[in-house]
Amino acid sequence: MSLDDVYRQVVMDHYQNPRHHGHLEHPTLSVGLHNPSCGDQLEVDLLVDADGILRDASFDGQGCSISMASASMFLDLIRGKSVEEARRIAEAFKDLLRKESADRSLLGDLEALEGVSQFPARVKCATLVMNAFEQAMDRLESKGGDKG
Amino acid sequence: MNPTALRAEFPLLRRRPGGQRLCYVDSAATSQKPLCVLDAVRRYYEEDNANVYRGVYALAARATEEFENARAAVAGLIGAEPDEVVFTRGTTEGLNLVAASYGERVLRPGTNVVTSPAEHHSNLLPWQQVALRRGAELRYVELDADGRVTPDAVAAVLDEDTRVVALAHVSNVLGTVTDVDRIAELVHARGGVLAVDGAQSVPHRPVDVKALGADFLAFSGHKMCGPTGIGALYGRRELLRQMPPVYYGGEMIEEVTLTGATWKEPPLRFEGGTPNIAGAVGMGAAARFLQDVGLEEIRRHGSELASAAADGLRGIEGVTVYGPKGHRDSAVVTFNIDGVHAHDVATALDTHGVCVRAGHHCCQPLMRHLGAVSTARASFYLYNDVEDVRQLLAAVRDAREFFRRVAG
Repeated sequence: MSLDDVYRQVVMDHYQNPRHHGHLEHPTLSVGLHNPSCGDQLEVDLLVDADGILRDASFDGQGCSISMASASMFLDLIRGKSVEEARRIAEAFKDLLRKESADRSLLGDLEALEGVSQFPARVKCATLVMNAFEQAMDRLESKGGDKG
Repeated sequence: MNPTALRAEFPLLRRRPGGQRLCYVDSAATSQKPLCVLDAVRRYYEEDNANVYRGVYALAARATEEFENARAAVAGLIGAEPDEVVFTRGTTEGLNLVAASYGERVLRPGTNVVTSPAEHHSNLLPWQQVALRRGAELRYVELDADGRVTPDAVAAVLDEDTRVVALAHVSNVLGTVTDVDRIAELVHARGGVLAVDGAQSVPHRPVDVKALGADFLAFSGHKMCGPTGIGALYGRRELLRQMPPVYYGGEMIEEVTLTGATWKEPPLRFEGGTPNIAGAVGMGAAARFLQDVGLEEIRRHGSELASAAADGLRGIEGVTVYGPKGHRDSAVVTFNIDGVHAHDVATALDTHGVCVRAGHHCCQPLMRHLGAVSTARASFYLYNDVEDVRQLLAAVRDAREFFRRVAG
């Protein structure tokens, strides 16, 4: 177990200088997630266009360096991508932390969080933003389904 | 008291995570178990196991005797009579039992129940919820600047309509000690009863329910060197006798007809179903073990280590220590490394073989009072020694250096 494997420079950079921090003016939807065991709080705003492209994304909240850095990295990565692509990124990241074979080409800066897999208690910190995103997309799709 | 010799009695503490000495300083969450407790549980299963109170054969009588001996040992630890001690699953169940049975009976619109924002959720939620159900008022004692519940602050919210006051004896976050005996006098003068959360006090200091004036006292086996899944609730005999059962089932009845039933006297009235017999036997062994070591010795030792740790932590630049300044009267120290989340601190300490708790400690209202989202907590016990303090301080210094470096 090595701390350097988890708290890489790029992770601390995202933690201290989070990208896309704050709230969107007109999000398509917002979702808040709370990790009751540690008190981490995360709110994610997403702007999705009619073609299913994530035009913009932002987050606000408080938590440990891992949860905040992963939120910054993930939202930076999915902006401009389709919902489907973003879901694949979330899945690939979870595979990485489960130590299963993952499509690393999708992961960008998120790959730097691989060391978290050595600290099982912290995996939920790293995946908090993905869980928020997936919950938001499930909600969006069930709404779309109602219309259809 | 010789902590090095005591440490040798705890098999788990021989583990060497990553080849390092294990520095277990999370005993406020749960304590490690000595051989005498592990042996007692094993011996019970190997030699005495049968259901209690039911069998007519000799083995069942032995199991019952072991169970009742354990009750007597736990009662002896807190200066109670055995029939005033109800076995529970732990502090949480004990406090819930008082709220659901006694609270449900005495609370109604126009009455109030008093607690504090410093309580563990297990001593806040049962009262919050029973007050909501019964339409009673839930009042909070105001904490002082150090996060303490003082007798004056309790007096300020009491009145003739106060039925129950529920407070922790020792805070699981700050380690502050509540002046229970003075508060008991105030509560009794107003005609209320005092329910005490003893989870952090009974394992760590001499507790005598009669001297304290507590009407109820709940505590857990697993925080006092006993097994998990067992605890005890002390209740003053007259109060327990007035209280209806909460769990209905076997071994808690006098007589059952198709339309009604009568209940056994306490404590069996509250122990419906087959109890955790082996757990009780283990808790009884733990009670005897603590008394052999000496509760006053344990208190002094824990305070000394916590005071040394608090002093050492204050001496590290960029570390904030919460709670009262000066000598600590309990074994708990809560701190943060400035600019580093407590979970990151705990992960860093883990790589040094140091186990601390990090988070809100099931005390969200108190954390808001402290203005902290989460904190790291080190808590000591009889098997810790100065080497644990050294290892903790060295790990915190390293963690602070590490995060300074990676944060550029």
